[in-house]
Amino acid sequence: MLSSERLDQDILHQFFRKMFHIRVVEETLLDLFAHGVIGGTVHTCLGQEAVAVGVISALNVETDIICSNHRGHGHFLAYCGDTRSLLAEILGHPTGVCGGIGGSQHLQKKNFYSNGILGGMSPVATGMAFAEKLKGSGAVVVQFMGDGAMAEGAVYEALNIAALWNLPIMFAVEHNQYAQSTHWSTQHSGSLEQRSEAFGVPSFAIDGNDVAGVNETAQRLINEIRTQSAPRLLFMHTYRLGPHSKGDDLRDQEELDHHLQREPISRLREKLDQSLVAETEQLVRQQVSTLVSDLRGN
Amino acid sequence: MASYLAGIQAGLENALTINEKVVVLGEDIVDPYGGAFKATKGLSTKFPERVISTPICEGGFTGVAVGMALRGFRPVVEIMFGDFLTLCTDQIVNHMAKFPGMFNGQVDVPLVIRTPMGGGRGYGATHSQSLEKMFLGLPGIRVVAPCHIHSVGDILQHAILTDNDPVLFIENKLLYPLDQHTHILIEQTDEIPGYPTVALKNFSSGKPDVTVIAYGGMSRELVPLLDKLQIDELNVTAVFPSSLWPVPFETLVHYGTQCERLVICEEGSTGFNWGSELAVLLYDKLSNKLAAPIVRLAAASQVIPAARRLETEALVNAEKIENAIWELMS
Repeated sequence: MLSSERLDQDILHQFFRKMFHIRVVEETLLDLFAHGVIGGTVHTCLGQEAVAVGVISALNVETDIICSNHRGHGHFLAYCGDTRSLLAEILGHPTGVCGGIGGSQHLQKKNFYSNGILGGMSPVATGMAFAEKLKGSGAVVVQFMGDGAMAEGAVYEALNIAALWNLPIMFAVEHNQYAQSTHWSTQHSGSLEQRSEAFGVPSFAIDGNDVAGVNETAQRLINEIRTQSAPRLLFMHTYRLGPHSKGDDLRDQEELDHHLQREPISRLREKLDQSLVAETEQLVRQQVSTLVSDLRGN
Repeated sequence: MASYLAGIQAGLENALTINEKVVVLGEDIVDPYGGAFKATKGLSTKFPERVISTPICEGGFTGVAVGMALRGFRPVVEIMFGDFLTLCTDQIVNHMAKFPGMFNGQVDVPLVIRTPMGGGRGYGATHSQSLEKMFLGLPGIRVVAPCHIHSVGDILQHAILTDNDPVLFIENKLLYPLDQHTHILIEQTDEIPGYPTVALKNFSSGKPDVTVIAYGGMSRELVPLLDKLQIDELNVTAVFPSSLWPVPFETLVHYGTQCERLVICEEGSTGFNWGSELAVLLYDKLSNKLAAPIVRLAAASQVIPAARRLETEALVNAEKIENAIWELMS
């Protein structure tokens, strides 16, 4: 039995709505980009929505802290659902979550912080965990990174300190298989899953496209981190369906088709009431489209 | 009389005593060692929870301090040698300095990075540099380098407790043992609150013949030189801003307009340095008041040699400054 089958249908439906919402927002962003409405760059997490929703649903979003990366729209939306301020930010409006100064990769709201330097947030998140430990707040920090960032030295300095000082942090690795255009196997030696173990950070490798499974494991690890004040690493196998940023994709269609069969939203959809799903999808599309029209002033 | 090092120690201790959100991180900083230059001697015994030795990973623990600053602490990082700032440059440039502006003023990063710079001890190419020029002009940070006549402890305490922006705090390592007292006439101006500029004069009336603008370790060379030039009846003002970036520009213009001859000197290597930027700024205001072009002194553009004789040839010292002054007067 898949772990998803054990979860309540209502919760699964909520996960679906959040994941589908992220998908629609990001497809909208790519469309706006293609039409020249937004500039700069947009890194989407198409195909990785189960990671964002599964992990962040396991947190206490009032007190826990999230450090995200360049591919952080999904994390942001799963954290606060504030689509308007995210879209406004990327459209460059002063009402954006960082007044349009931050843009897609540099988002900050309450306990959410993202930055566009790969691996750079690992030490920062570790310091936040140290701060919360000294305060005795009970808060846990989750730091998202991709397998690409696991080639950065800063990550290992952070793992060492997090374990040495017993800090309440979960390193959440999205193994989406590509670093820009480079397949993970051509830039990493040894086992990615087991690397953190050498630092004394227990690592758990799971299917990152099964939102219920992600959520269940994340809940267990977050609970361990909170009660034991010790770091963990959650390693999630997933796949980046979209291009690195915009149209820069040179992968084989055959490979993409293979992974489309395993993508998290279709997999979850199959387990839900189809008429309810159709209703949710229509509602989400309408919400996002209304927001975009509002923000574009038409 | 208190030394520069004692001033640093007192500044740290006062900050730790006054605000419990102050933490100090760095390599080998706990007792009994107390840091490579002993700046934290005794502090981990008094504040064991808040004075913490780190692994050897300057980028990592600087990032940790950035995270702590974002979450309500006021961390102080010690980088054992300023040369090692290159290892934490990503955290300084793309994290520490960026967050307040990039996040539209929604966060503060009240973090002080202290580090000793400078040569003169024969440590060679990777333990003798004055790399602060790499960070001058970087938006979002302040670069501070008090000389030994400044109340260095007060400035450090201000940076830690009062300044909500990140500060790179440069301590020239040859200043540590120096007595902070001087008998030479001092003026202090506070154009930038908390970061005073001090000016020393070797004359009590009349105008200066030459004004020297310098910072940090150059005070060790200039204070005795002012005495020497007094005997030669040459009136010299030496001006030392403690804030290198931003520059207390009005103050420097004020001293620049008092005479027709200006020298700018610094220990760092020549080429795209503090003196070049300062000279350009000053020319805009003073060009028609100067009797001669501004003279700029800096270290040679080369690796700093380990051998004493070669190191002396490469770096700026009192003799070279004196020669430049007499040449400017001739």
